[in-house]
Order: sequence, then C-alpha cells, then structure tokens
Amino acid sequence: MLQVINLTKIYEGGTKALDRVTFEVPDGQFLAVIGLSGSGKSTLLRCINRLVEPTEGQILWNGEDITAATPEEMLRIRRRFGMVFQHFNLVHRSSVLTNVLAGRLGYVNPAWSLLNRFPRQDVEKAMQQLERVGIADKADQRADELSGGQQQRVGIARALMQDPEMILADEPVASLDPVLAHSIMKHLEEINQQDGVTVLCSLHFLDIVHRYADRVIALNEGQLVFEGLPTEIDDQKFKDIYGREAERVG
Amino acid sequence: MKTKRALIWKSLRTGLLTVLVLLIFAYGFQITKVNLTELRSEQRQESLTRVIRTLARPDLFAFPQEELAATAPVFLPCPGTQALAALPAPDTSGPYMLITPACADPKGSVQIEGFNFYPNAAGPLRFVPGSDSANPVTLGNDVVRTDAQGHFLAAFVLPDRPSEDVQYVRAIIRRNVGLPQLSETAYSTWDKIVETVFLALLATVIGTALAIPLSFMAARNLMVSVRSPLASISLSLLGWPAGIVIGFLVARWVGALGQPLASSLLANFAAVVVAPLGAWQAMRWALPPEELTPPGKGTRLARSLVMALAALLALFALFQLAALAMSLGSRLEDILTSFGFLGGFLFQLGEIVRLITPVLAALAAGGLLSSKLAQLGQRFSERASAPWVKAFNLLVATAAGATVMGLLGLMIDLLYQVGVPSFTLWIPMAVGAVGGLVLAAMVKPKDTLPNGLIIYSITRTILNGTRSIEALVMAIVFVIAVGIGPFAGVLALGLHTIVSLAKLYSEQVESILPGPLEAVEATGANRLQTIIYAVVPQIVPPYISYTMYRWDINVRMSTIIGFVGGGGIGFLLQQNINLLNYRAAAAQMLAIAVVVAAMDYISSYLRQRVV
Repeated sequence: MLQVINLTKIYEGGTKALDRVTFEVPDGQFLAVIGLSGSGKSTLLRCINRLVEPTEGQILWNGEDITAATPEEMLRIRRRFGMVFQHFNLVHRSSVLTNVLAGRLGYVNPAWSLLNRFPRQDVEKAMQQLERVGIADKADQRADELSGGQQQRVGIARALMQDPEMILADEPVASLDPVLAHSIMKHLEEINQQDGVTVLCSLHFLDIVHRYADRVIALNEGQLVFEGLPTEIDDQKFKDIYGREAERVG
Repeated sequence: MKTKRALIWKSLRTGLLTVLVLLIFAYGFQITKVNLTELRSEQRQESLTRVIRTLARPDLFAFPQEELAATAPVFLPCPGTQALAALPAPDTSGPYMLITPACADPKGSVQIEGFNFYPNAAGPLRFVPGSDSANPVTLGNDVVRTDAQGHFLAAFVLPDRPSEDVQYVRAIIRRNVGLPQLSETAYSTWDKIVETVFLALLATVIGTALAIPLSFMAARNLMVSVRSPLASISLSLLGWPAGIVIGFLVARWVGALGQPLASSLLANFAAVVVAPLGAWQAMRWALPPEELTPPGKGTRLARSLVMALAALLALFALFQLAALAMSLGSRLEDILTSFGFLGGFLFQLGEIVRLITPVLAALAAGGLLSSKLAQLGQRFSERASAPWVKAFNLLVATAAGATVMGLLGLMIDLLYQVGVPSFTLWIPMAVGAVGGLVLAAMVKPKDTLPNGLIIYSITRTILNGTRSIEALVMAIVFVIAVGIGPFAGVLALGLHTIVSLAKLYSEQVESILPGPLEAVEATGANRLQTIIYAVVPQIVPPYISYTMYRWDINVRMSTIIGFVGGGGIGFLLQQNINLLNYRAAAAQMLAIAVVVAAMDYISSYLRQRVV
C-alpha cells in the first residue's frame, strides 16, 4: 500500500507544486491522477520515486519510509517502481532491446552492466516483454525509428523489466492519437489486472479515466481537490477541478 | 516638433559615430604601419616578383643531369711575362676555355670564351680561388649559356683576390638527360609530411581518450546533483593521496615480483596467458551478474579479497605483457629487417605499458580508496547521531584540509624551490587545518555540500586556463622536456587537444535531452550506469564530429609546430625559408596544402557517413 502524507514540494524560486497532499493507494488499484497542466501531477509522481526531492511530508510504501531513504537505499526502492513517460524518454540512438534492458539496471551488477553485459535470462526476459507488448520484431531497430505508439510500448516493456510492484505513468497517452491511447491504456490495464501491479497514472481525458481507472484523485494548484470514483465526477466537481470556465469535451 | 528634434539628434549621432569609426581606422593604420609607398618601390616589387616566381616552381621534380667542366688559368694581378708564358696551352680535345687577357688587376674585367661544351646548355661560370684547380670553393654568381656549337663568350669580372700564384676560372655546363625524377626535396618533404600526419593522429587519439572522462566532470548538468556530506568529502580527499601512494608501492612490488619471469621468454609468455585468465575467473566469482537480496558481511568481505587478488593478478599480467612486448619487439626488430619498425613499435608499446601501469595502478587505487572512504563517510553521516557526526566532521575535515594544503605547499615548493619547510609545508597545513575546522564547525552535521559543483568549477577553470595557452607555446616547453622532435609536438598538441576537446565535449553533454536520463535514473540505475546508458548514446555523434574537427586542426597545427622544434614538416619549411631556398619551401607549402585539403575532404566524408 502506498501512503502519501502531507506531501509538499516547493521548487527553488518559491513555486508551490504540491501543497500538503494526502492520499492512499491500496495494492492492485488503478488510480488516475487528473488536473490541469501545471497542477502538480508530474511532481507528485516524481516525488514518489524521488526523482524530485519532496520538501516536506512522508511517502510510505508498505510501511517503509521512502522520504527517509538514503541515496543507496533509494536505488533499491526505485527499481521496484516502473515509470512510463509522456514523451517515452527512450534513448534514441540505442536499440530497442538495449532500451528495454536498461530497465534491469537496478538489479544487475553495475560492473558488468558498464560493459554492456547482461545475464542471459535478462535478455530472454526482455524479449518476452517485447513480445507481450507486441513489438518483438523491432528488438534490433534503433528506438527513434519506431512510431510514437511503438515507442511507448518499449517504455512499458522497460518498466516491466523492473518486476515492478507499482507503475508510475506520467500522462502516458498525452502525445498519442485516441486509437493508440486506448491500446497503450489496455496494456497498463492488463498489467494492473493480471500481474496485480498498482498503477498510478496521470491522465487528461475523462473518458479514459472512466474507462480504465478504479479511483481518481484530482489536483488543482498543488492541492488535492477530489478523491473518489470516476463516476462521481459530475459537472460541479468538474468545475472544481478544472476551473469555472472549463467545459467538458469528453 | 518633437520628431524633428529626434531626427536631428539621430543624424548627429550617426555623424559622430562615423567620425569615431574613421578615427579608429586612422589610428589602426598608424599602429599597423600601413605603407603603400614601400609597396611601389621598384626594389620591393622586383624581389616580390622574384620570390613569387620561385614559389611558383616548387622543387618537386628534377632531371638527372650530366655535365662538362673546364678550368682556365688566370693571374691577378699580372705577373712577369715569364710566368704568363709558362702557362700550358689548353687541351682542345675536350671542352676548354680561353681567357683574354690571361691576367688582370683584381676587380678587373676579362673576356672568357668556351669551346666544345654541350650545345644550347647553361651552367655556372665561377672563379676558383687558390692555386688548386680542383678546389670546390667557387666565387661569383655568373651563368653562361652556350650556342648551337657548344661555344660561349662572356665578360667576366674578377674578384678582389690577389695572389702570386696562378688561379682559375671554372665553367660547368649541364644538360638534362632522360625523364624528370622526384627531387631530393620531394623525398624529404614526403618523409616529413608523413611524420606530420602521424603526429596529428597520435595527438588526437591521446587527446580524445583523456578528454572524454574530463568532459563529464566539466558538464554542469551531471555534476550539479552530486552532493555529499562533509565527512564523505573529507574522507575521499584523504583517500586520494593515500591510495595513490599505496597503489604506486603495490605496483612497484608486483613489478619487481615478476622480474625473474621476464628473463625467460617461455615463462613470460605463460604468465601473460595465465595471469589474465586467473584475474578474469576471480572477477567472475566476485562479481555475480544479478542479486535480488544484498549479500551478508562475510560474503562481501570474501568478494573484496578476491577482487583485490584479481587486481593484483591484472597488474602482474600488465607488467608481464610489457616485458613480453619489449623482448619480442627487440627480437623482431632484428629479424624483420625492412619491416623492423613493427618490432620497434612493439617494443615502444611494451615500454609505454611498463611506464603507464604504475601510474594507472596509483590512480585506480586512489580512486578506489577515495570512493570506499567516501561511502563509509556517507553511511556514518546517515546513521550516527548528530553530535557524533559533528565530532567526526571536525576531525576529518581538519585532517583533509591540512593534507590538501600541505600537498599544494609541496607543489609550490617544487615549482619555486623555496626550500623553507615551515613556509611551504607547516604554515599551509595549519591554514588548511583551520579552514577544515571552521568549515566543519559551520556546516550542520547532516547537511550535504555541493562537491559536484566544486569539482565542476575547478575542472572548468583548469580547462579554460590551459586552453588559453597556444599549442605552439606548449611545444616550446615540451621541447625542453623531451628534446627536439615530433614527440614534443605530440605531447604539446595532445595536451591542447585534451583541454579544448574536453570543453567542447562538456558543452555537448550539457545539451543532451534530460528525458532519457530521468528514465534510466528511475530504473534504480546508479550514476555511472546512468551516464553509460543515457548520456553516452546521446553524445556519440557530436563527439565523433568534434574529434574529426580536432584532427583537422591538429594536422594544420602540426605543420607549424616544427617552427619551435616540435617535429613535422614545419621544421623543414622554416629552415628553407631562412635559407632563402624558396623553391624547396614552395614544395613543402604545396604538401601542406594537399594534406590539409585531403583531411578536410576525408573528415567531412566520414562525418557524413558516421553521424
């Protein structure tokens, strides 16, 4: 179970990205995080694996305090959280397989990985993950030769290589067309339901939220303004989350 | 009204600006001594044309020549009739000369007529001082040209060389035979241009190899997030010198240990094969590919011991390899005769390995000890209670400050030979200790300091400072260190390449996409893994293209580094210019132009292919 307690992040320069955010995610839940751009969704996700250092507050994973972990312990914690990004964040010039294998870096012996040597079972596992997301035939291509949807699948395969207990997905479908968006979301859903991996996913479109999420939290200017089921978001709640002038499109 | 005033103001300003620019240029003319009357002077124009004409005929090809020479006796001043009459009649069967009159006052003029030379050929007609007709020393600068019958008639002004004895005038008429062949100059130019290209190649390779690690240290985006507690920084500062000393001593010990084996080629060869295998196996055992749970203390200790063994074996293997290469190289040099340079190369490689191994061992041990101690310091700062950390900080920061300042003092003593230990050692140590103490007192025990930024700033400062010294100046220093020759040039160009490439590279590192970096970091990869998997793939194309560019620059630089004794074609070029041998100089300039243009072409072609 993930517990976030009074999480606050103030960036240098005084921008308050998160303001005493408190919520819980039970194991195996698909939680959507919604809110306007700049409302703190990305910061929240990055605080959980401490790519961004929280200013105050606590994050507990199964009772272990992530915010108090030393840098060394943090590496072991991070490898249990897979992360998927809006812009895929693949290393363009590396092969698809290398990109997927990179997901294993937290496990393998650093000395061998520096020589680009991975254990055989890891390479096999990488191929399995690529098969699972349906692009095993692209393993030897350069990552930037793939289309956007394919690149995001590589991103998911990379996250799966970590044997994750939780996946942090930062707007995974925001730069994809609606058809691709659903196929990517289906992969996440499958991982959530078959493997029992907790998913924290920030999203823009409410129809996707309705379709895939078990529960929703909403952020507005760093504050938690809504927590509940996707069906509970009525017009009033919508205006609370997105502001008065907002109109529902999806 | 207002707009009109603004307009006037504007034109006034433009006028003032124009006057200012004119003034600057007038002053510039004055300073740079622009002198067009000099350009118009007849003498200047004449010598300019002459030089340009010679430059236009680079000394690349020469005809093999045959020559006919004849000498004729002459007296200056005129002796008695007796001596004149005693002169033998010329041998008219071959080429011969008649001088009328056969005597004259010094600086007097005579008529010289030559017969039986090659027709329509030319050659020098010169005075031979002394009474020996075979004397190779000649005076004068006259050239005569024969007619279709091989006959010439020339007025000759005798030099001011009075003598009682007979003296001579010699004509050598030459003509070309056969086809033109490459001249002496062409051969020496070829030799030197090859040297030049390889000088540039070596400098570029050395420079690139060392610039890559430096460039990471000079990249702000990588270094800014490196922060450590004071205890960790202090311990790592202490670890460097201690590790370097230990590594050096161990390397010397291992080197001495392997000495007896090196005397027998067979034992040496066996050691080169067995030692790396042993090291590899030990490493395989000590570095398991993947572990889900952290190992226990005992296992970790055993692994560290085995790793140390592996390191010793690797060190041993390197020394043995060096010995093998050297003995094989010196043997091959004798056997291979014309390909003996291959043996020589092997020998040199062995020597380089032998020289570098202790340095590498020292650096590796320094780095290892420092990073292990830093880890210890980090753990201690995280786990111990604040007062303990504070006390520890005070202790180690004082020691580290004293050590660093003491070493700096020793370096200053080395440079300036002050020779007063209290001044160069004890006082800096005391200052450093106090500095460390004050820092430790000021820093909160659990705080981290931006040591990454400090390393970044120091690296940048050193890079910028060294880069501002031209390679030509560095070459002067290296010529003193290793003697005149291409090696000095390699070192100078190499050093300059390191610092300038490190700067260019680091800017590329700073401009990489942060996304992949973030993604790899999120997998739990450590810093080094992040660099290898997220940074390196992104910087390969710009690194290649900058290396090509630098190799280009190095070829151009190596053509002039010889001006200060750094080897390469510059040495020849400067010599020939100073000897006014413009035709040879022109050949060398042509060679430089060809090589630089070819390099330009090749590097742009490669850049297109690779990037």
